[in-house]
Amino acid sequence: MMKLLILLVLVLGILAIAQLVRVYELSSRLRGKREEDISPADNRMNARLMWLFCVVYFGFFLWLVIRYKDKMLPVAASAHGVETDWLLNFNWIILLIAFVLTNVLLFYFAGKYVYDKNRRSFWQPHNNKLELIWTVIPALVLAVIIIYGLNTWNKITAPATAEAVQVELYAKQFDWTARYPGKDGVLGATDYRLISGTNPLGIVTRASVAASLAEMEETLAEMENTVANNILPDSKVSELNAGAERLRRHIARVINLRQVMEQDIAVNGGASIYLAGSDDVVTKDFYLPVDNEVKLVIRSRDVLHSMYLPHMRAQMNAVPGMTTTFKMTPTITTEAMRAELKDPKFDYVLLCNKICGSSHYNMQMPLTVTSASEYEAWYADLVKKPFEAADEAPQADAQEPAATSDTQAVLGMN
Amino acid sequence: MGATTAHAGHHGHDAHHHHEESFISKWIFSHDHKMIGKQFLVTAIVMAWVAVIMSLLFRLQLAWPGEGFAFSNFFLGDKWAPEGVLDPNMYLALVTIHGTIMVFFVLTGGLSGTFANLLIPLQLGARDMASGFINMLSYWFFFLSSVVMLASLFVEGGPASSGWTVYPPLSALPQAIPGSGAGMTLWLVSMTLFIASSLMGGLNYVATILNLRTKGMKMTRMPLTMWAILLTAVLGILSFPVLLSAALLLLLDRSLGTSFYLSDIHIAGEALDNMGGSPILFQHLFWFLGHPEVYIVLLPALGITSEIISTNARKPIFGYRAMIGSILAIGFLSFIVWGHHMFLTGMNPFLGSVFVFTTLLIAIPSAVKVFNYLTTLWRGNIIFTPAMLFSIGLVATFIAGGLTGIILADSALDINVHDTYFVVAHFHIVMGMSAIFGMFAGIYHWFPKMYGRMMNTKLGYAHFWITFVCAFGVFFPMHFIGLAGAPRRYYNYTEFAMFDGVMDLNVLVTVFAIIGAMAQVIFTYNFFYSMYRGPKAVQNPWKSNTLEWTTPVEHIHGNWPGPLPVVYRWPYDYSKPGKEEDYVPQTVPLSEGEEEH
Repeated sequence: MMKLLILLVLVLGILAIAQLVRVYELSSRLRGKREEDISPADNRMNARLMWLFCVVYFGFFLWLVIRYKDKMLPVAASAHGVETDWLLNFNWIILLIAFVLTNVLLFYFAGKYVYDKNRRSFWQPHNNKLELIWTVIPALVLAVIIIYGLNTWNKITAPATAEAVQVELYAKQFDWTARYPGKDGVLGATDYRLISGTNPLGIVTRASVAASLAEMEETLAEMENTVANNILPDSKVSELNAGAERLRRHIARVINLRQVMEQDIAVNGGASIYLAGSDDVVTKDFYLPVDNEVKLVIRSRDVLHSMYLPHMRAQMNAVPGMTTTFKMTPTITTEAMRAELKDPKFDYVLLCNKICGSSHYNMQMPLTVTSASEYEAWYADLVKKPFEAADEAPQADAQEPAATSDTQAVLGMN
Repeated sequence: MGATTAHAGHHGHDAHHHHEESFISKWIFSHDHKMIGKQFLVTAIVMAWVAVIMSLLFRLQLAWPGEGFAFSNFFLGDKWAPEGVLDPNMYLALVTIHGTIMVFFVLTGGLSGTFANLLIPLQLGARDMASGFINMLSYWFFFLSSVVMLASLFVEGGPASSGWTVYPPLSALPQAIPGSGAGMTLWLVSMTLFIASSLMGGLNYVATILNLRTKGMKMTRMPLTMWAILLTAVLGILSFPVLLSAALLLLLDRSLGTSFYLSDIHIAGEALDNMGGSPILFQHLFWFLGHPEVYIVLLPALGITSEIISTNARKPIFGYRAMIGSILAIGFLSFIVWGHHMFLTGMNPFLGSVFVFTTLLIAIPSAVKVFNYLTTLWRGNIIFTPAMLFSIGLVATFIAGGLTGIILADSALDINVHDTYFVVAHFHIVMGMSAIFGMFAGIYHWFPKMYGRMMNTKLGYAHFWITFVCAFGVFFPMHFIGLAGAPRRYYNYTEFAMFDGVMDLNVLVTVFAIIGAMAQVIFTYNFFYSMYRGPKAVQNPWKSNTLEWTTPVEHIHGNWPGPLPVVYRWPYDYSKPGKEEDYVPQTVPLSEGEEEH
């Protein structure tokens, strides 16, 4: 019924326009007016509308600025954010001057020089002096914009200092996970092939490699068993065989990873990045200390995401197969910001700013910025929950020989 | 062109009677550039409507998230809009296809296809394009690619949903989003056909412009439309093949298990085999086309408006050579700025600096263009035809959108506004609105040339003023939404308290969008009504200098019934001192002692 009504209104509307046009055309034919002859009245009307539009345009702009002044750009809560806000203001001033100047000229000229059959246009095909002026002036202004902008950019993208707090932000469809380096201050190596329910970030340690191999071998054995001991349709058998084949390839790769790991440990000893992972902490809590440089290390598990902290003026893509970083210094604690905004529920928020799938619009994690002392207390508590509890490690080592013999068998099959 | 030279001696209506053309060769597989131009235009209008309706569907969701609309259910059915509430995956599909159709099918195929085909032979004094057959193929590839794109709307899983930039891995993995299944395959097939069409068209345009200019039509006497189209075609020829390779590699990654763009991915509980690829590679390839593409869209519009503003201001375009120079500069620079889309991909920051520099350089020729337009209007004698109104509208949108481009090109500022609504506002104004205004201006201006009839002026006025107001009503507030940090491509914003302050703007935007879409009903009606019932046109309704207005109103093969016209002057002799009329067509020889300009 609703559809019918909408359709009816549309059809009637079109018919109404059609009739109006018809009446207009017949009347102008009676007056002997040709369609391409624009009457002085029409010209004047459009000229006036040009002026009116200019006024309404600037009015609309002002209304938006006044009404949304405090609602648009949030308060900058990072050191470089304050700087880029100044850069932004500087740019705005230049742009506003250009905006007002060019628009006023455009609409003023359009409204003023309306057609008059007794007048002729001014013959002026070119004027080299004028053209030189308005090539050089924008060039000079742009030079300033470029130098100021690049200066800021270089500062922001300079490498983080050694004192920076390191945090990894790990993206996947559709949530964020944080990883802190634990007691040693070093984030351990990762590999996407080790990702599992208990190792969501794929941290590489001797134990996690062994556990992953053991689990895969168990699955492989199950598959082989199913094929060997059951009567199955051919399609199911080939499906299982293909699955087993994939798994064997996978196992071979993890074994390769283990060799790389062992070599690295042999060369670097205790400094090996493969030994740094077991005390890492994987958490859904994202805390940062105030007034301390922070190095965010950003990774993705599946598709592109983007780490975006609007209050911190911080953004960097999360790219699968690649590690990206962003350095910043938060300057306002969550509590101070709550007081400033008079909003006790306020939280800084980390959101995803690169289209990543159906729940892209709700991929978020709150960020809490605390004082240095609170952060230390929180961190001391955090490191008590490392990725691998210390007592599990020997157990994993004990599994090692058994796993090796199994995997050699697998290698032999390949 | 044997057939056309045979006509050369006949008069227009004679040729019409003598030449027996079948329905198919005249209306469908026509080799005639004028017919091909019209085919492009009508196809583009149909595609534009599809994209406009899509935009209304997602605008409704953004203004009133989670509410049901009979309108949505009517178009999307119970699967994608149960009880009228838009599905999140369908939302992404709609923004993807809206962007794809508008950028490629309307503003590339529609704009260049229509006006390059219509105008090149007419404004340069040629009988037809260099190759009529390839020209025909160009249209039919375009048509086919449109059909495939529309067909992709109906597949299981929905059409491509990873944004019009189709960044892998999202676009490569059906596990990541349902639209990356059959819908994405069809998207790639459609784009491949589109690129073929675009290349055939582009080669033809360049060949024709360089080789088939009539006697006296030096390069420096060509109308600016021709310069703009020439550069557009060159940009397309150089950049579209790169997109083709990007698309083919993506196809290989999707179908044959290669790893050009994929590496270290664990999705849907499974680690993929792909190793060593890089998603960033795709972005480099994509934007190597993607940025010139912006100018492929924009330059023809700028060329068209240069022509129309000069004609209707009854004043030579100011700084003809500077205009050509800025077209050349923009064309060249557009190839070395693509990285400004990628400041935050983890690309080396120094490389980012280089792209900041080159990108901001583009502002100089753009500024020159704006100042030249302003000076052309200054002390002019302006006739407000609908075409002129849209041309002035283009200058306004080009200013508003161009200026915010300076913010986005500044990498330090881009950190905070990248991929937010600020970007959406920027490119819709500077690229979308400017180009579509140029296209409307061209349609109103050359309608008499295309159909031999006039469009209704009053409806044109209504169309322009409503569209103009709505264009700013829709896209201006988006800057403010973007500065608040609201990312683009979000299904709704209710999950974040920080955006509450600006969300009422979304309602404003949607209301303007609906009114703006209604205004296009007026245009569509005016267009099709005038095609059959509009008042008959005279030969040179706008008192213009260019060659197309020396051809007979009735279309004939070969364009001019007699020998080809000879050109003696540039096309902008409007209100030249010492001349009786305020225009001097290019075919009028220079009088004794007259300087060219």
